[in-house]
Amino acid sequence: MDYLNAIVLLLNYLFVPALSYGSQLALGAIFVSLIYGILRFAYFTAGDLMSFGTMFTILFTWYFQSLGINLGFLPTALLAMPFGIIITILYVLIKDKLVFSYYRTQKSPPVMLAMVSIGTMFVTQAIVRIIIGPFDRRFFDGEKFILKANEFKEMTGLNEGLTIKSTQVITLLVTIIVVSILFWFLNRTKTGKSMRAYSDNEDLALLSGIDPKKVVMITWVIAAILATIGGALYGLDKSFKPFTYFNNMLPIFAAAIVGGIGNPFGAFLGGYVIAFSEILLTYAYKKFFVYLLPESLEPDGLLQLLSTDYKFAVSFSILVIVLLFRPSGIFKGKVL
Amino acid sequence: MRKNLDIIIAYSIMLGLIILVGFLQSWSMALSILCLCLISAVMTMGANIQWGYAGLINFGIMGYTALGGLAAVLVSVPPVREAWQVGGFNMILCTFLIAFIVFSIRFIMKKYTQSKKRSYGIAAIIIVGLILLRLISAPAIESIESVSPATTGFLGGMGLPILFSWIVGAFFAGALAYIIGKIALGLRADYLAIATLLISEIVIAVIKHEDWLARGVKNVIGLKRPVPYEVDLQTKEWFINLVEKFNQGSLNLITDTLERQELLKELIIESSTVFVKLCFAGLFTVVVIILLIITQKALYSPWGRMMRAIRDNEEAANAMGKNVVKQHLLIFVLGSAIVGIAGAMMVTYDGLFTPGSYRPMRYTFLIWVMVIVGGSGNNFGAILGGFAVWFLWVEAAPIALFLINFFTSGLEETNAFRVHLVNSIPYFRFLMMGIGLLLIMRYRPKGILPEKIKHI
Repeated sequence: MDYLNAIVLLLNYLFVPALSYGSQLALGAIFVSLIYGILRFAYFTAGDLMSFGTMFTILFTWYFQSLGINLGFLPTALLAMPFGIIITILYVLIKDKLVFSYYRTQKSPPVMLAMVSIGTMFVTQAIVRIIIGPFDRRFFDGEKFILKANEFKEMTGLNEGLTIKSTQVITLLVTIIVVSILFWFLNRTKTGKSMRAYSDNEDLALLSGIDPKKVVMITWVIAAILATIGGALYGLDKSFKPFTYFNNMLPIFAAAIVGGIGNPFGAFLGGYVIAFSEILLTYAYKKFFVYLLPESLEPDGLLQLLSTDYKFAVSFSILVIVLLFRPSGIFKGKVL
Repeated sequence: MRKNLDIIIAYSIMLGLIILVGFLQSWSMALSILCLCLISAVMTMGANIQWGYAGLINFGIMGYTALGGLAAVLVSVPPVREAWQVGGFNMILCTFLIAFIVFSIRFIMKKYTQSKKRSYGIAAIIIVGLILLRLISAPAIESIESVSPATTGFLGGMGLPILFSWIVGAFFAGALAYIIGKIALGLRADYLAIATLLISEIVIAVIKHEDWLARGVKNVIGLKRPVPYEVDLQTKEWFINLVEKFNQGSLNLITDTLERQELLKELIIESSTVFVKLCFAGLFTVVVIILLIITQKALYSPWGRMMRAIRDNEEAANAMGKNVVKQHLLIFVLGSAIVGIAGAMMVTYDGLFTPGSYRPMRYTFLIWVMVIVGGSGNNFGAILGGFAVWFLWVEAAPIALFLINFFTSGLEETNAFRVHLVNSIPYFRFLMMGIGLLLIMRYRPKGILPEKIKHI
């Protein structure tokens, strides 16, 4: 019986990775949810917009590295991120002007807009692959670990080590800061309130003198900021590959729907729901029980509920279950 | 004649383009484009039935295609007797167990009214059932996968001619569509799109990782063909005579017998691949024509009119006494079954089943581009979309190369920018697809050949 080691084991392999993965998903889910609430369509370019922002962050990172600028123990990408954000904002605004605004004035059905977003998905994907190529890239520099397994073992004298990567801490801190600012903006400022009003009831919002153009523009700007930050954090933590980013669109959608689409706070929590359930269900609990149970009861299997190959399938199954029993999401969004 | 002029013109242009490829590149290339165009056309017909007739968005096309492919494996591969001996009984037991779980849940759902007790009971059945399944299947799967893992390691199929799989694939896909339809059809349009997209990913994940079923990512290769093999053809007397007859002109020019033999040999090898592809193209054309006749008849039947009524105004159709839910489910199953046929055709044509190659870009979104570009609601349009988009998808690389060379002709051959562009040629097809889709949606939202409704 060794509770301490068991807890550290779970912290190391379950809690810390799930927390950082969940934050990255949450950032994506929030902007998908916002676009759904305000522009009223499913934005299929989500994953590729994230890879677009990340690509420019990487390009600026390389540029700064070639100039010899760095942030010491922090990754240079943090410095490059604002520039990536600016370019992504320009990109989405141009895209809105050229493509989406036409369908808004035509009052096209949401399905039409979703199809159009598939067109922009193709274009964005092509741009990313033409500029930076389809390969796996790592752009992390600076100090890699905050806490190494060996150091932790020496410090506490436990068998199990706890590793905390600096990217995980950065992810968490940046997410907390960005999300707090976002919710402060949505709940306290006049523009934010007008956005929520527009999302709740478009006609009433227009009657009370809210400028729809401004609301739409701010939505796109927020989407670009969140996409770049979320994408860059994911890339720092793992690696940047356009195809993985495209695939990440699926758990992001799952998170947004599970949280109640159109409801940014629900989407934020939805990201963690998806991340934790993915990792909880595919983790092999053998070692955990070895610590907890007496030797005579030691399990012989891996005690894995599902093989890790089904990681994605878990989040999708959750989504299907939620759609079946609570179509408006766990945290009540727009009732569809 | 006159009212069908646009169809005739569009199809002749398409055919002309493919023939042009035959003259400019090679006939083998032109025919493989034609074959895949025909397969794409079947897929778009399936998607068009759902979207064009009934307005249902189905982003799960990839899943049905993969199921069709799975059917091709399960039908045509000879059974692996050893694997059946070691694990067959347990797997059959598992099938019965799943059926038992499903029926007992249905029984409880029907018998008892909704309550906390009922939900707990259902949950208990599912959990106990899953644990039992795991206990029974785990040793069986392990022993099946260890039966000469390099070549088999799976249960194998039925050893029937692969052509049967086209029908079986339709049934597989239809059955999956029935389940998905029961779950998801009540959802609003874009929810349905996301749900089907995610469910198709689950299907792919299962096919990829259940090695006992179809070897998963280890792929199944060397599936039997419904048409002759090139190697066999090259030794057949009648085929050699046929090639000789066709190429008499060029052969007669050469007087040297040895050289003449060499040339004939080359010609035979080349024309054997062409012949095989011609056979495939013939088979696929038959399928396309049969489906076209059926779907055209359906579109202009009272049933087709009812579907359009449901699509355009669900409430009114409901008020007229049409069962909207039932019709939606029916059309969802029918369309998916057609996509399943296409999936089986594709695996038949390739002769191998590679679950790793099923990606939503190629098998879901590209098919949707085809439907929208071609013209939703019009079967001729959908087929044309399949042809045009696939043609562009394949020929995008040469076109992009030409354009890049044209626009950067002022730059040097070794210019870094030019080299980078030339290296990223494969990705220009995404750009072309995206821009094409956006332009069509903006300026011709009904597609190249828009829907025509006969008013009576």
